[in-house]
Amino acid sequence: MSSPALAEVTTTEPPAPPVPRRRTRRTAPWWFLAPALAFYLFVVIVPSVQGTAFAFTDWDGLAQVKNFVGLDQFRRILDDSAATGAIVNTLVIGVGITVVQNLVGLLLALGVHSRIKTRNLLRVLLFAPAVITSVATGYLWQNLMTTDGGLNQLLDLVGLGALRQDWLGNADIALYSVIGVIVWQFAGYSMVIFLAGLQGIPEELVEASYVDGAGPFRRFWSIVRPLLAPAFTINLMLSIIGGLKLFDQVWVMTGGGPGGATDTMSTLIYKNAFQFNDFGYGIAMALVLTLFVAVISGVQYRLLGRQGK
Amino acid sequence: MKRYTWRTAVLELVMVVVGLAFVFPVYVLVNVSLKRPDDQSSDLLPTSAITLRNYADAWQQAGLGGAFVNSAVVTIVSVALIVVLSALAAYPLARVGRAWSRWAFLFFLLGLLLPFQLALIPLYQTIRDVGLLGTVWSLVVVYVGLQMPFSVFLYVGFLRVLPPEYEEAAAIDGAGPLRMFASVVFPLLRPITGTVVILNAIAIWNDFLTPLLYLSGTQQQTLPVALYSFVGQYLQQWNMVFAGLVISIVPILLVYFLMQRSIIQGFASGLKG
Repeated sequence: MSSPALAEVTTTEPPAPPVPRRRTRRTAPWWFLAPALAFYLFVVIVPSVQGTAFAFTDWDGLAQVKNFVGLDQFRRILDDSAATGAIVNTLVIGVGITVVQNLVGLLLALGVHSRIKTRNLLRVLLFAPAVITSVATGYLWQNLMTTDGGLNQLLDLVGLGALRQDWLGNADIALYSVIGVIVWQFAGYSMVIFLAGLQGIPEELVEASYVDGAGPFRRFWSIVRPLLAPAFTINLMLSIIGGLKLFDQVWVMTGGGPGGATDTMSTLIYKNAFQFNDFGYGIAMALVLTLFVAVISGVQYRLLGRQGK
Repeated sequence: MKRYTWRTAVLELVMVVVGLAFVFPVYVLVNVSLKRPDDQSSDLLPTSAITLRNYADAWQQAGLGGAFVNSAVVTIVSVALIVVLSALAAYPLARVGRAWSRWAFLFFLLGLLLPFQLALIPLYQTIRDVGLLGTVWSLVVVYVGLQMPFSVFLYVGFLRVLPPEYEEAAAIDGAGPLRMFASVVFPLLRPITGTVVILNAIAIWNDFLTPLLYLSGTQQQTLPVALYSFVGQYLQQWNMVFAGLVISIVPILLVYFLMQRSIIQGFASGLKG
């Protein structure tokens, strides 16, 4: 579309008003990109390329010498039960958060997208945890989840004392407790995105389904759900990527414990690189995490893109 | 759906209970922060003997004042740079139809896929080698680079649907590129600039991992890191710790409640892109 018009401009001199392309090219010069590109190259691209290369060395982060060791670091990951455990935990967190947070977020969005009088207040309150730093929410929940903390006291109060737990100290359930905290903090975030989608659905469509006698479930499944496809895509992408990279809340609440039960790839990368001075190994793990994020979000994007059409 | 029926009333009741469940942790937080350490009453019941002593202690022990200033400086400087540089970059990316422009845009989008963990360790080395480690400026550099792809993405998306007539009129009037950008294009970008500011400011203000790495072992701290070391030090004194947590989250919550409409809209519209 562009090249014939351009050729015309350069070969002939039209007396008519100049072609817009020529004008906009003059007014938007390439060097406007330069400062942004410089920061981006320095902070993201160059270190990512270096990181990829260092994953094949035995660098400890201090010595000048880096020996090429091929795939040794990746083989170490497979033999290291801490690393494989963290990979499993990361996948459980990624899937768990994606499913639960979006389910809760969707139900909340449907709840506040209604005639109820408290809808505006609820929207504001439910989103509030998402703007608080994870360090604060992490410590808050660490206290609430101790054996004599607020959560167990609440369970006693409502007669569910049998469910009392050492929520973060019990290796069998600590990971799920972490997922629960993330859901509490970010369900309102998912809600807001679903809500924006719901508000974009034309009233007439919903009204028509009343006339046709569709029940609430039929109405949701056949009318609302397909129109919410873009909101689903964004929400699922955000939560799976956020879940796979999770660091802050785990680091604050459990530090990866008890006994590695809540270690994620991100906490283990941090430990290996900055506490055990095993940089090459840490970076190899980071590369594996990169592949997970790229493959899982790529596959998800494909599947959802198809569903949306 | 238009009228307030008994079904609506049931929904209202359910939603209010859910809302209370979400607020419950914050209620406990505030309640405990107002109790004396020797107060043995339940965390769930409003304490009868309110004290502000914990707040005074937390403020003194945690050094939150300096951390506030650092967080504010880092957030303001980073967001200002991000807004100017990403809007500037988005202008040719959205307006020039040439191949270099399309490739450059895709190159920026690549940054949305790369997890920070991969760049984390080599970047730490580089920042150390150029002598920025332990300064708040290291954070500014990292945030500007890190947030660039997403911000460029938002600006380009907005500019592409903005009609170019205003710029053409200004070009006829003989405005140069910088003048044109500053007085015509940038003011037109105001709505999306609001979104870019909100999303970046909240992400940077709350970030924990970056300052944990780049400021560790120094007196310089941002709020999340100051909070982290404060709590680590006084872990058994929960009343004071909770007062510290309240102090740290009050400013952001205040901004949020004052601007909730535009903040929620900013999140929703920015991520629709």
